[in-house]
Amino acid sequence: MKTFISLLAAALLYDAVARSGWFAPALVPSLPAVARTLWGMLGDGTMEGHALATLGRVFTGLALASLTGLVLGFLMARYVAVERFFSPLVSALMPIPSLAWAPVFILWFGLGNVATILIVFYASSFPMLINTWSGVRAVNPLWLRAARSMGASGPRLFWKVIVPGASPFIITGLRLAFQRAWIAVVGAEMLAASAYGLGWVIFDAKEFLNADVMLSSLAVIGAIGYLFERLVFGSLERVTILRWGMLRTAKA
Amino acid sequence: MRFLRGALPFAVVGALWEALAHSGAFPARLFPSLEQVAATFARLTAEGILPHHAALTLYRLAAGFAIAALAGVLLGIVMGRSRRAEAFLLPLVSIGAPIPGLAYAPLFLLWFGLGDSGSIVLVAFVSAFPVALNTWTGVKAVKEIWLRAARTMGADERRLFRHVILPGAAPYILTGLRLALAQAWRILVAVEMLAAVPWGLGWLIFGAREFLNTDAMLAGIAMIALIGVALDKLAFEPIERYTVVRWGMMAA
Repeated sequence: MKTFISLLAAALLYDAVARSGWFAPALVPSLPAVARTLWGMLGDGTMEGHALATLGRVFTGLALASLTGLVLGFLMARYVAVERFFSPLVSALMPIPSLAWAPVFILWFGLGNVATILIVFYASSFPMLINTWSGVRAVNPLWLRAARSMGASGPRLFWKVIVPGASPFIITGLRLAFQRAWIAVVGAEMLAASAYGLGWVIFDAKEFLNADVMLSSLAVIGAIGYLFERLVFGSLERVTILRWGMLRTAKA
Repeated sequence: MRFLRGALPFAVVGALWEALAHSGAFPARLFPSLEQVAATFARLTAEGILPHHAALTLYRLAAGFAIAALAGVLLGIVMGRSRRAEAFLLPLVSIGAPIPGLAYAPLFLLWFGLGDSGSIVLVAFVSAFPVALNTWTGVKAVKEIWLRAARTMGADERRLFRHVILPGAAPYILTGLRLALAQAWRILVAVEMLAAVPWGLGWLIFGAREFLNTDAMLAGIAMIALIGVALDKLAFEPIERYTVVRWGMMAA
């Protein structure tokens, strides 16, 4: 309720500024104008098309990043040789912003999906990797020994002890990876996409001074990010970590 | 021995890169050898081109970050101290924070112009969020008992703020600033590609694409990585040592 009131107040403030006539309406459109544009773009399906294109890129990149991060993170946590080899490389590559690679990827793979997905992949694989690595290392050695003495080994040790034990870290990693990916995809689409995507719409609208289109797309980007953060990751946490009793254990 | 172990992975990856570059499978313009990249890095540094790009990028970073730090800390303190400000501002800040900063970029460039002002305002806007949220958390985390103790010992509002609230919230504020600087650095590199500024590391690597100067791009990326690491190591570790560690708020 409080949230609603403060949002309403901020919206009214913005609308008053937009209508005051201080700025050109093409640059600072009033809220009803933005809402009309958004409604129109949702109605004829263009906005949905762009959103789907963006989501497709995010999930392809995120899936590749999760796979790489999980496998490599697990190997690094379990085998010292793998850790020794990869950890200097990870710490050298991690500080490079993913979008700095955009021009190189564009040159190598051309404008379009491959470059965009690679940028998303680069941005989101590090949180996944680091969290899996520390999650697997953080599994209580007592549990491993207890499980072993009860006769668990190989796949059962992995699925019944290591995976649930590392899951709070891994899910946090996935959540961070999604946030990173969502930021990266918008930038990547501005620089490297050729025809579709929410980031591309914003950038393209600048050419025609369509501030209403930009604000509509911005609202959709914000809404999708919020939905994923709240609904998807919130419920993912409930069905995995909470059910396995990991979060309580971690806190205790 | 430890140095050798750290260098080995880089030697392996470097050798792979060299083998690919010299195999002739890719055009040398697109996939330069490492000695070519190193030579370009040395040449651009000696001619003063790379330092000039870096200096302008750092100037934008410093200006944007300074505004963000000031505005973020003020906003955070106001939200932490006044319930009314908290009720109004907190929902706005927590909705604005997760929206990818780059999504605003074209809008800000439209409103504030291409070049310095647009990119500085964007960097400031985007990196103010983590500062504000962390400062707010920090002010809220100051123990009630410290406040009461200081009041009974006769501290007035100003001294309470200066000697209790500020040191108490400092570890959080520093974390916020650290996050903000990393975020500002990422955004700035990307914004320089979009904003058509004549100088700047982001522009260097993006502009090099036009001339297929992959060696210049990779030299620019190396510079970006070096500055990114240096910012974190050189800027924040001493600040932490001189403030929160000395005040006994955090273990060294």
